[in-house]
Amino acid sequence: MKRRRRTPTPDLEQAAGAGLMHRRAFIAGAAIAGAVAAEPARAEGLAVEPWMTAPGSPFTGYGQPSRFEAGVARVFANPPNAPGSGAARTPLHRLQGMITPNGLHFERSHSGVPDIDPDKHRLLIHGLVTRPLVFSLETLSRYPMESRIAFIECGGNSAQLYQTEALDADAQRLHGLVSCAEWTGVRLSTLLDEAGVDPTALWVLAEGGDAAGMSRSVPIAKAMDDALIALYQNGERIRPSNGYPMRLLLPGYEGNMQVKWLRRLKLVETPVMTRDETAKYTLLRPDGSALQFVFGTEVKSVITQPSPELSLKEPGLHEISGLAWSGAGRIVKVEVSADGGRSWAEAHLQQPILSKALTRFRLGWRWDGGPAVLQSRATDEEGNVQPTREALLARRGARALYHFNGVASWGVAASGRVTHVYA
Amino acid sequence: MSMREAAALALLLALACAGARAEGPELGRPATPSEIARFDISVGPDGAGLPPGSGTAREGRVVYEARCVACHGEKGEGKPNDRLVGGVGALAGQKPATKTVGSYWPYATTVFDYVRRAMPFDAPKSLRDEDLYAVTAYLLHLNGVIGEDATVDAATLPKIVMPNRNGFAPFAPGD
Repeated sequence: MKRRRRTPTPDLEQAAGAGLMHRRAFIAGAAIAGAVAAEPARAEGLAVEPWMTAPGSPFTGYGQPSRFEAGVARVFANPPNAPGSGAARTPLHRLQGMITPNGLHFERSHSGVPDIDPDKHRLLIHGLVTRPLVFSLETLSRYPMESRIAFIECGGNSAQLYQTEALDADAQRLHGLVSCAEWTGVRLSTLLDEAGVDPTALWVLAEGGDAAGMSRSVPIAKAMDDALIALYQNGERIRPSNGYPMRLLLPGYEGNMQVKWLRRLKLVETPVMTRDETAKYTLLRPDGSALQFVFGTEVKSVITQPSPELSLKEPGLHEISGLAWSGAGRIVKVEVSADGGRSWAEAHLQQPILSKALTRFRLGWRWDGGPAVLQSRATDEEGNVQPTREALLARRGARALYHFNGVASWGVAASGRVTHVYA
Repeated sequence: MSMREAAALALLLALACAGARAEGPELGRPATPSEIARFDISVGPDGAGLPPGSGTAREGRVVYEARCVACHGEKGEGKPNDRLVGGVGALAGQKPATKTVGSYWPYATTVFDYVRRAMPFDAPKSLRDEDLYAVTAYLLHLNGVIGEDATVDAATLPKIVMPNRNGFAPFAPGD
């Protein structure tokens, strides 16, 4: 009630320019009288449809989305001669909430998806340990497990925004290498404690059981902190494209380090300097030097609705919605601009707001039918604020390729068409 | 609390902690040195993990032309897949950089490690150790790092200094 008195007419309150509303207006449960007019009855009329006049289809063993949703799918590209190498992107603009369905979780593979027999798969922990140990899926399944909701973002997500010209593409093609799931598995620290880590071990080489044997060096502190040997993804066994039967989960770290199809963990003194931590996933700067070991995803956000492919049909009330995340912890604030960054309004953050998970934000917007530029800017609990694209490029140049986290912009034309722009 | 009681309590706490620590299921099977040796395919920058054997660029050219040229082009020039040669000393600037084994990779050991684990793309882990040393030598030679008849083996490979050896800096917030 107090709140209501502080903002007596929230539906009319302009929180920022170009029609952005207060974050308490136009959200579910706000019960604002008169904010949303009832849809007028449509001329086509109401009828008893055929699906009410005959029994529906029988049960199926594993459910699938409606056939009318066939267009909600990952898009992918690969180098010549290597169909399983490359990335498949999550259709962020077709999804809602914070959890990515398993069939739509993004996928980055370096030599295809291996067809691993779970009974034959083994995880070896060795190197600088007292007792080298071998685990099967069956033995790991008897350990105490825990679940955590975590985003995974490829280090190469949004790489096109380093380019000097704004690529004409949608949220999926630009930003679709991020997804979020509930992962369940065994704490890596439990297994490392059993193996007995030598004090000289400062890194853990993690290696996958795919044809590429994808491998990365992980700091021991992260391995002993919140790392998980994940066995389940959103309640079911991890999908083959995401590491079946087990993957390394390093909450908040770049996806490439969260090695899928995990077969081996070797404790070592210094990084192994694998191809993917030297030739790839390093940020080349204008002076010719490159940044290495950029572990965490920095604070970031992207508006998923409206966005390209989701053009606005008519002026009036719309909800701006999107996702925010940070490898440093919780999201504490997301601001939205409809005038290209001149003025900002704070968005409503939807619960749950979890550390190192995607956070859904929403804000009401009264579009006046004129051109607009939509942006979002996130802040995490460490006080990190998402930089402008210009500020990021000023630091790193246009060839860094990885870890782009600058503010992205959607241009809205008077026609309602939405496109990727630089503002 | 007397000294004796305090000592007893400390012992009790230590035992309790040790007990909590030992409560893991301990279901891992001990791994034997020979099975670890078969399973461990990584090579560190100090050469740890390199197998016996050796090769030269002259020998490696034959391996390259049989197993690599279809994807990486004549003499590593690239196309249809990654270029492996050239661009040395030309990483600075604003234009797209030519990142190759010669211009960008900081360690020669990584070439052996990566080729052994991931190449050739259609049949990874199929090359013999002698062929791996030889084709590694060929790629280093094409980039002007070693001579055509220089022997590459477990002793010499870690000592090779790549042109971009000092080209990397650890990331720090704000970079």
